[in-house]
Amino acid sequence: MRYLPLTDADRQAMLDRIGVATIDDLFSDVPAAARLDGPIEGLPGHAGELAVERHMAALARRNMAAGDGPFFLGAGAYRHHVPASVDHLIQRGEFLTAYTPYQPEIAQGTLQILFEFQTQVARLLGCDVANASMYDGSTACWEAIGMARRITRRGKALLSSGLHPHYVSVARTMATFTGDELVHRAPSLDVAGDGEDLIAALDADTSCVVVQYPDILGRINDLSVLAEKAHEIGALLIAVVTEPVALGACRAPGEMGADIVVGEGQSLGVGLQFGGPYLGLFATRQKYLRQMPGRLCGETVDAEGKRGFVLTLSTREQHIRREKATSNICTNSGLCALAFSIHLTLLGEKGLRDLALLNHARAAQVAERLAALPGIRLLNHSFFNEFTIVLEKDARQVVRDLADRGVLAGVSLGRLYPDEANIARGLVVAVTETVTDEDIDALVSGLKEVLA
Amino acid sequence: MSRYFTQEHEWIDVDGEIATVGITDFAQGQLGDIVFVELPEKGRKVAKGDDVAVVESVKAASDVYAPVSGEVVEANGALEGDPALVNGDAEGEGWFFRLRLADAAELEGLMDRAAYDAFVAGL
Repeated sequence: MRYLPLTDADRQAMLDRIGVATIDDLFSDVPAAARLDGPIEGLPGHAGELAVERHMAALARRNMAAGDGPFFLGAGAYRHHVPASVDHLIQRGEFLTAYTPYQPEIAQGTLQILFEFQTQVARLLGCDVANASMYDGSTACWEAIGMARRITRRGKALLSSGLHPHYVSVARTMATFTGDELVHRAPSLDVAGDGEDLIAALDADTSCVVVQYPDILGRINDLSVLAEKAHEIGALLIAVVTEPVALGACRAPGEMGADIVVGEGQSLGVGLQFGGPYLGLFATRQKYLRQMPGRLCGETVDAEGKRGFVLTLSTREQHIRREKATSNICTNSGLCALAFSIHLTLLGEKGLRDLALLNHARAAQVAERLAALPGIRLLNHSFFNEFTIVLEKDARQVVRDLADRGVLAGVSLGRLYPDEANIARGLVVAVTETVTDEDIDALVSGLKEVLA
Repeated sequence: MSRYFTQEHEWIDVDGEIATVGITDFAQGQLGDIVFVELPEKGRKVAKGDDVAVVESVKAASDVYAPVSGEVVEANGALEGDPALVNGDAEGEGWFFRLRLADAAELEGLMDRAAYDAFVAGL
């Protein structure tokens, strides 16, 4: 096919045919304030390719990337070492696709890996069944809230103050359209979390309680009592895991009674990238299978009795049930799920456990050193590879000052909760296996200087 | 007790003010192996024509409509564990739900067995 640009006459003919005067009329739905009324100020009209490349490379050098220096950022996205073998294996022709299969049974390799992925996710999260993945952790979290509404036929979700604020914000956006009532407040800098408050707030209108594990401040709470209390009143417990590596060391939420466990799978195989694409994990109990959103791969036998894989229970999905589908998402994060599954396979059960122990040991080492510094209080009694410290001044400025010294010290609560001045002195510090002794020294000496 | 039929291939047995509703033997034959039935919750008030249940077979997922208005008083829990009951005995053990009739006059527009058989023969 040749590419032939349209002539003005072509354009005019099309505009005449659909009955509008100018191309701008097609954008009349966009509010005037959001429309550009001329060229972008300061942006040159054109430049040669070489000049553009040089300019962009110079801009990119002003970034400080995760691998450029000591790095302690987490809060929902974690830097882990992804072995080169993962990138190699995901490119094999039997597996590689960026997208969900639309003529599925022809791609047995893709289906088999999704089947294995589901098995891994279900075991990791401690549930009976898992789907073939969703967009990311936050959309999986919202889908779980919607699923709880369908199961309980109630419309009030209690969101723990320990749930990542970005997840809360995605849920709020979606609830605007479904009418679900979301009850939530920002966290306070206490060691216990809000388990007791959530139990007290349970009532006959509650569809679900949503808790993060470990939570946004790194705290790890036993979910069993909360699950029990929620079930007594007919509500579901949804657990959100933003750091799946933690489950190499901590008890899986499904084993503590969570009915739906969702998570962000980015930690394994995917990498930080630029904030996406990421990988939504979604698992639940067998009895809620029909209400689960997303694609599901199943094992079967073909006409000759040989093992094969199919997409199954598709009647939950939009292309069959239309507006009555369990979700308007009938896709999955194919490539990210593949990378997750291959990384987890390479690690194996023992490897994941070793990785988790290494993460925790490193984090404990950093927590101990930081807690010994004047002007720093360690908030957590328990944590995995991420914890919160409370400083004597605004953490956002401290992070800025340390970044100027080449150290990315953590995520300040002022950045996550810009409207909550009373927690602005909190700093969430993540420590993975990628952190070296030199990195730790740099963080400690940097903080000493900045806090002095 | 009288049995009525609808053009949506449902049957209705009326006993006093209680109507038992299921899908017809013809309907189950068209659907093929039934793998799941989603039933309404007790106490739900439905208007004639509302979708009340879902029947899912290996071929399709179809809505089941309320043939008359009323309140759901019972759903056939046996179908949750054994949806194939609908294939085996669509017009008996495979019933879906029971309604307390809101307006018995709504029954008047429905077909009897002979009319339904003629309707099916003409399809």
